[in-house]
Amino acid sequence: MSRAETDEAAEAEVWAGGGAGARAGAVRAPNPLWRLGLVRSEIGTVFRRWRTLALLAVLAAVPVLVGIAVKIQTDDGGSSGGGAGGPAFIAQVTNNGLFLVFTSLAATLPFFLPMAIGVVAGDAIAGEAGSGTLRYLLVAPAGRTRLLLAKYATVITFCLAATLVVAVSALAVGALLFPLGDVTLISGTTVSFADGLLRAGAIAVVVAASLVGVAAVGLFISTLTNSGIAAMAATVGLLITIQILDQIPQLHAVQPYLFPHYWLSFADLLRDPVYWDELLKNLGLQALYAAVFGSAAWARFTTRDITV
Amino acid sequence: MNDAPPAVPAPGGDAVIATRGLSKRYRGGQLAVDGLDLTVPRGSVFGFLGPNGSGKTTTIRMLVGLIEPTFGVARVLGEQMPRAGRRVLPRVGALIEGPALYAFLSGRDNLARYDAADPTADPRTRSARVSAALDRVGLAAAAGKKARAYSLGMKQRLGLAAALLQPRELLVLDEPTNGLDPQGMREIRTLVRELAAEGTTVFLSSHLLDEIEQVCTHTAVMARGRLLTQGTVAELAGAARGRLVVTTPDTADAMRVLKEHGVSDLVVTDDRITGELHVAGPGGPLDLADLNAALVRADVRVRGFGTERASLEDAFVALTGEGFDVAG
Repeated sequence: MSRAETDEAAEAEVWAGGGAGARAGAVRAPNPLWRLGLVRSEIGTVFRRWRTLALLAVLAAVPVLVGIAVKIQTDDGGSSGGGAGGPAFIAQVTNNGLFLVFTSLAATLPFFLPMAIGVVAGDAIAGEAGSGTLRYLLVAPAGRTRLLLAKYATVITFCLAATLVVAVSALAVGALLFPLGDVTLISGTTVSFADGLLRAGAIAVVVAASLVGVAAVGLFISTLTNSGIAAMAATVGLLITIQILDQIPQLHAVQPYLFPHYWLSFADLLRDPVYWDELLKNLGLQALYAAVFGSAAWARFTTRDITV
Repeated sequence: MNDAPPAVPAPGGDAVIATRGLSKRYRGGQLAVDGLDLTVPRGSVFGFLGPNGSGKTTTIRMLVGLIEPTFGVARVLGEQMPRAGRRVLPRVGALIEGPALYAFLSGRDNLARYDAADPTADPRTRSARVSAALDRVGLAAAAGKKARAYSLGMKQRLGLAAALLQPRELLVLDEPTNGLDPQGMREIRTLVRELAAEGTTVFLSSHLLDEIEQVCTHTAVMARGRLLTQGTVAELAGAARGRLVVTTPDTADAMRVLKEHGVSDLVVTDDRITGELHVAGPGGPLDLADLNAALVRADVRVRGFGTERASLEDAFVALTGEGFDVAG
């Protein structure tokens, strides 16, 4: 192989001496900053799709429904602290609207949020392949690694946007329907509303980071097929399967390696002092999934024949 | 058209595309492309001809780096593909197997997206480039419409506009007139001629023989994954040589006279005689005027007299020994 490459190099020089060399001055050089244009174009394209907006609308509706349900129930005179069921923190919502943020994130993190991520990530490469636009992006030339990175950056952006949509919608509904004030943490200490708001912001970021793993899995699946629908369905199906596996006690030996296992650890940010152990395990696990499935997606996508 | 230099298959020649033994075997299948040695000279309008399923599109996909060759080498603009894609592809515009668009974006936004994918495209001049490309293909008026509302012909034009976003050294157009009405076909062919006149090398695949004859200077013919021939269009059409055609009620006399003057391979159908004009040896090619005079002198009543120009289709049939059907 090395001999062949040497031959090629020598031959390339001969070729450059011909007419190709005469035009070499006209070759445009790529500008490092211009390369970012693809990420911007990606994000613009994803967020201009009706499907994306519909997903975000559904996510925004969840806190509204939870808020109204809690409001109706407490207006009936029942005490909100009665039931032990329902998402975490739901009992505190009537006392402090800020808790609707935590309740809504706890309610959407197991399925709604990762499903939305699965749709966007699964469609990322497979959808472009299915519609044929992938071949034109690659011929442009987007570059396979660059395109994959732009896609992943866009999915991560969507993770953050989706989480923020839930959080902001919950905060708005909570402020409208319930009183706001100082926040009593899980550990019993009370912090100011401003401190609580800061922690809510931190929680939103941690929740978004919790989705990095499933985003990488979805992107990998997306490189395997030319059908966007198939990739979305496979990603969401895998998510549901893993969530079920995570509930089966007999499988406790493997559960710490399942990406959703530490998802609800974000609640530990509501302790004083913050209990970092599981939070860090969660972030480490997400980074591991991102590295493993990101590499797999790269290996697959950069060697694949684009025949559609 | 006839003064274009013949293809020189030597490395170091000024070839825009040069492949050596280029082959592709899809997983478990037969060879889709088998040992292709293709040379496309700079400045040519190169017609890549072959029935559907003959391996044209697979070849084109290897040229632009979408598919890795199983064996062989493909060089585009002097560099090996797909390895040098980042340097080569910004100078290549391509329309591959029909246009592909984002249905939910406007025509203008579709072009802006493809432009953003090119790392050598300056974002500050993007909208000017997009407008110029839209103008060039006559889509400026429909630029704001969503692509899903476009007709097939408009989509084809938008695909072509994407290939023309930058000044290109090479345009690869895979069946560019597919799905267009006759008016649209004429416009696309005019555009191809304009681009060629500006110095762009055009590599145009088609299964339409008359399209290749109308716009191309060079051509290559593919069938069942193999290259049957390549050269200038004139050479190829010349290979299937023109024949003499005489229409007369006096076929017997005419046959005798023509045979005396050295016309060979005479065939009579009703009142129409065809024959081979080219004579090997010192006699040289026969003069049509002499033949005509001889016929008249022999009191042969001539209704029609002339040569039938060989078409690429004749050449193709002569090459493949079969009609121009889908390869089985």
